[in-house]
Amino acid sequence: MCFTKLKAALRWLTAFALSAASSSALADYTLNMPKGATDISGEVYGLHMLLFWVCVGIGIVVFSAMIVSIILHRRSRNPEPAKWHHNTTVEVIWTTIPFIILIVVAIPAARTLIKMEDFRQSDISIKVTGIQWKWKYDYLLHDENGQERGFGFYSTLDAESNRIRQTRSGLDPWSKENYLLEVDNPLVVPVGKKVRLLLTAADVIHAWWVPEFAVKKDAIPGYINEIWFRVTKPGIYRGQCAELCGRDHAFMPIVVHAVPEEEYEAWVREQQEKAGVLASADGEAAAAEPQEWNMEYAMRQGEKVYTQMCASCHMATGEGLAAAGYPALKGSAIATGDLAAHLDIVLHGKPNTAMMAFGGLMSDEDIAAVVTYERNAWGNDTGDLVEPSDIAAAR
Amino acid sequence: MSTTAEAIHGHDHHHAPLTGWRRWVFTTNHKDIGTMYLLFSLTMFIIGGAFAMIIRLELFQPGMQFVQPDFFNQMTTMHALLMVFGAVMPAWVGFANWMIPLQIGAPDMALPRMNNWSFWILPAAFTVLLSTLFFDSGAPASGWTMYPPLMLQTGDAFPFAIFAVHMMGISSIMGAINVIATVLNMRAPGMSLLKMPMFAWTWLITAYLLIAVMPVLAGAVTMLLTDRFFGTTFFTAAGGGDPVLYQHVFWFFGHPEVYIMILPAFGIVSEVIPTFARKKLFGYHAMVYATAAIAFLSFIVWAHHMFTVGMPFSGEVFFMFTTMLISVPTGVKVFNWIATMWKGSMTFETPMLFALAFVFLFTIGGFSGLMLAIAPADFQYHDTYFVVAHFHYVLVPGAVFALMAATYYWLPKWTGNMYSEKLGRIHFWWSAISVNLLFFPQHFLGLAGMPRRIPDYSTQFADFNMWSSIGGFAFGLAQLFFIYVIWHTYRGGVGKATAQVWEGAHGLEFRVPSPAPHHTWDEPPVIREDDQDVHS
Amino acid sequence: MAHAQHDKYYVPHDSHWPIVGSVGLLVTALGVSNWLNGGSISKFVFFAGLAIMAYMIIGWFRNVIQESEAGYYNEKVGGSFRWGMIWFIFSEVMFFGAFFGALFYARQYSIPWLSGEGNNFFTNILLWTGFEGSWPTAGPAEIGGEFEPMEALGLPMWNTLILLTSGMTLTVAHHALLEGRRTMVNLGLAATVALGFLFVCLQAYEYVHAYTEMNLTMGSGIYGSTFYMLTGFHGVHVTVGAIMLTVILGRTLSGHFTTDNHFGFEAVAWYWHFVDVVWLGLYLFVYWL
Repeated sequence: MCFTKLKAALRWLTAFALSAASSSALADYTLNMPKGATDISGEVYGLHMLLFWVCVGIGIVVFSAMIVSIILHRRSRNPEPAKWHHNTTVEVIWTTIPFIILIVVAIPAARTLIKMEDFRQSDISIKVTGIQWKWKYDYLLHDENGQERGFGFYSTLDAESNRIRQTRSGLDPWSKENYLLEVDNPLVVPVGKKVRLLLTAADVIHAWWVPEFAVKKDAIPGYINEIWFRVTKPGIYRGQCAELCGRDHAFMPIVVHAVPEEEYEAWVREQQEKAGVLASADGEAAAAEPQEWNMEYAMRQGEKVYTQMCASCHMATGEGLAAAGYPALKGSAIATGDLAAHLDIVLHGKPNTAMMAFGGLMSDEDIAAVVTYERNAWGNDTGDLVEPSDIAAAR
Repeated sequence: MSTTAEAIHGHDHHHAPLTGWRRWVFTTNHKDIGTMYLLFSLTMFIIGGAFAMIIRLELFQPGMQFVQPDFFNQMTTMHALLMVFGAVMPAWVGFANWMIPLQIGAPDMALPRMNNWSFWILPAAFTVLLSTLFFDSGAPASGWTMYPPLMLQTGDAFPFAIFAVHMMGISSIMGAINVIATVLNMRAPGMSLLKMPMFAWTWLITAYLLIAVMPVLAGAVTMLLTDRFFGTTFFTAAGGGDPVLYQHVFWFFGHPEVYIMILPAFGIVSEVIPTFARKKLFGYHAMVYATAAIAFLSFIVWAHHMFTVGMPFSGEVFFMFTTMLISVPTGVKVFNWIATMWKGSMTFETPMLFALAFVFLFTIGGFSGLMLAIAPADFQYHDTYFVVAHFHYVLVPGAVFALMAATYYWLPKWTGNMYSEKLGRIHFWWSAISVNLLFFPQHFLGLAGMPRRIPDYSTQFADFNMWSSIGGFAFGLAQLFFIYVIWHTYRGGVGKATAQVWEGAHGLEFRVPSPAPHHTWDEPPVIREDDQDVHS
Repeated sequence: MAHAQHDKYYVPHDSHWPIVGSVGLLVTALGVSNWLNGGSISKFVFFAGLAIMAYMIIGWFRNVIQESEAGYYNEKVGGSFRWGMIWFIFSEVMFFGAFFGALFYARQYSIPWLSGEGNNFFTNILLWTGFEGSWPTAGPAEIGGEFEPMEALGLPMWNTLILLTSGMTLTVAHHALLEGRRTMVNLGLAATVALGFLFVCLQAYEYVHAYTEMNLTMGSGIYGSTFYMLTGFHGVHVTVGAIMLTVILGRTLSGHFTTDNHFGFEAVAWYWHFVDVVWLGLYLFVYWL
């Protein structure tokens, strides 16, 4: 933990002075939970406020008694203390009244809970996978004939926020709107439909949370948890991972675009086309345009995949982050040595480290591209061109 | 048998304690051991506090100005481990060691040699834990809860953390056994259980909780250890296990654990308020039963820490209802404290100020606790700064303020010197104001959507974080001042203390001179029915 | 030896055993941690730590036995020892409770959930397609490969009989001690010790058999995990108990203990019965059901 130089300290002090001066001018001081954008979130807000006012009520009674006593029953005013030290009636009363208050609160709470747990008749199911440190969304779609027409994509912190948030980047978080709350590919859902999310994780426990929907649930590796929401008004809703998941826990936000149904349908069609899962005239899934596999293409594709999947630990420069135990790939024994060992660690991971098994997460083509990239970038000039078929064989 | 005679030489008459380091390392005296516990806890409080300062420094502004995210996570983890296992728990054991034998008229703790061992395991345990900070791969960074699978990704620090927790557990269990044996077996003639001071009562129940749950924590971390090194799959779905299993086992320990930290605080407040209100504790029996009820309930509420793991509906409802029930006995305690004050003849010396602040601010923590009990609302609060605010309210102006009240209350008895009331009050107001500046804004941050355990945040959270950090630095400084006040008292304070110390004080500890002699109650005091120094 | 009871509560003076114990624990913890991390010489550090611990335990208990025989412990001290032992055994019960809890959780919750029960329909459909868990199981991925589960009949049943018998022989010895029949005390204790070690040996044989013939290892999924964790820790406790019984046997042979003052004997007897009861729980839930 090194302290920054004088310049940084000065900038910091100025910022402090400025924000102290301007804070009253900032109208978006958020003090309370949002009412949110679903019926359930409104109910939760109601419960929260009910509890809040119950506490305020009890607080007024308790604290007034205390303050009155502190004022009146001090030695200067009341030199002779009373002798009594118990009173069964009073004690029974103040044991019973809280019970009654609790019951009054418990009933609406249980009612809301029942509604939250009702997963029947959902319109859309999306599988959500938490991965260190990004989200993967898989739309589980079928056409009328039961043919799978699903698609999926990763959702990671936007590049601008990611640059700013690097330690001592010297960049100003205020310069970026929605700093740390922006992603490259948002989740898109239709307004008014019951959307069910099937949460799981690939490595450690994450938690998917959008405050405006009042849903938060853990994404647990090996299990699936369900949540649902029905957004009532279009808009962009933001949230964050809410379970400590390692180094970049703070940097895997969630952005949901709630759009009118037609817009959603159009978006889905576009995604399906991109993924090549749309039915062609004869009902078969149209194969994507075959791409010739050569060094140039593999490197280009590999860099893309690397940036998305690998760079958060091994760094864009391939130099890793020794302080955090993330090894360098540049010039490393793995990335310049035996190809089989390299494939093995990418496909199957390294147990008890953040290096997960990517075999189940990525296509043959993507793995081939990224391994090719790792073996040829940053001066690792092995010249190896890994074919997708190599990956299939190594799996 | 000459060696025997040597080993137990002089057991009938008291000889002077050894001098120099040997006195502290070999001692079996409850006061010496209590002092060591308290000094150890103060040290951990400062180190853990320094970690908290690093956390607040990084959170002063959005953006990452000082540390890497990994290091931030190590700080949150180590801060919690040090404060829970290094500061608060040993501090209570220290008070128990010093005061319980005095309060119940016992010559020492029941098992004096084991008492020494309980203490000396702690420095060893924290050496193991703190050494990980110097590893290349750093200290554990998965939070003090050590949830798998994240915990299993820890580098070389992993086994060190596990074995450190084991050692802390051994120490706590032995300490607790000692307290139970002392309270149950060593009371002076006539000191029946229902005449005991509340501090002894709350500690008796705390000790029971400790013995019941520390082994469960040991079991939980042992399963982590075998999952990592010996191929078991307790917490891996592929092998039929479940990461959530760990959370259940951990919180079966963890929830009683938070009462382990707060029940002795209830005991202290129940001693301090009557003394300065010059009026007997209201509803002594109800206080004892409420403590027992809280202890019982603590075993059936654990899963409210994990409402978001996707429990079946029935589980969520059960844990929501049982958790809400806790507010009943806790409420009884607060009402009884206020009834004790009512029509009393109060003065406001430093211990009383801390005790009153405790009642105010712990109650605020209790309110947020009640809100957190409501499962549907907890889905919003869970793992946000609202939770951070909640448990810091019950632990800092709760447990820590009670520790400070107890320190000022008995410091004259320990040192024989009166502390400076002026310095004490400065310390109190400084702490009380800064602690609210530190933690109150965190409620708003949580409600506005800021998750906990993050080193950087969106700009909308900037203002409250800044205020919180300022409060944090001020509170940190106040505690350095606290150390100065203690030092000042130790060096003479503002004059000699009497045996009675406080005008309104009752209790056997105020029958012995100040400072308390090295050995007390060799001849047990006899307690009669109408004895003013005990409850009746 | 005279047993003039002392009036005052015996408070021992300055002892170096606790700090030796702490150093021992420190060395052990550092050694084993480094060893697990792959350190090459740390194995020896670990064993050195264990040696220090053994030295501490032997020395400390020798101290206690000498003090006891010298008559320094009055009834009140005995009371502290009794409470101490009772609560120590309670802490052990809770330790086993954690692992029994894990076993029940796996059987009642995690395995059915992985099979799609409760609110985990999609867990099974999307992640563990086709897994129909029934106990015993190594989980949906069959971690550790196919294995043969442990049968309740055969060796485990003999072990149950052995432990139950040892409980009886110990009670016989206890009654003999109360009645002052010293030969019977020694015989009963010797039988208990023998049965205890026989149990440990049979358990060791069972492990070897499980590893070599049945492919049942610690890595055999949740079944192997719970099986070895529960029976392993129990085995450790039986071993410790048998060693303690051996010490007690040595003491009765040297004429220690009287009809009305023999807490050392009682404490170990309590411990042995506790170990016995844990075994019954194991036999029921791990081997049988």
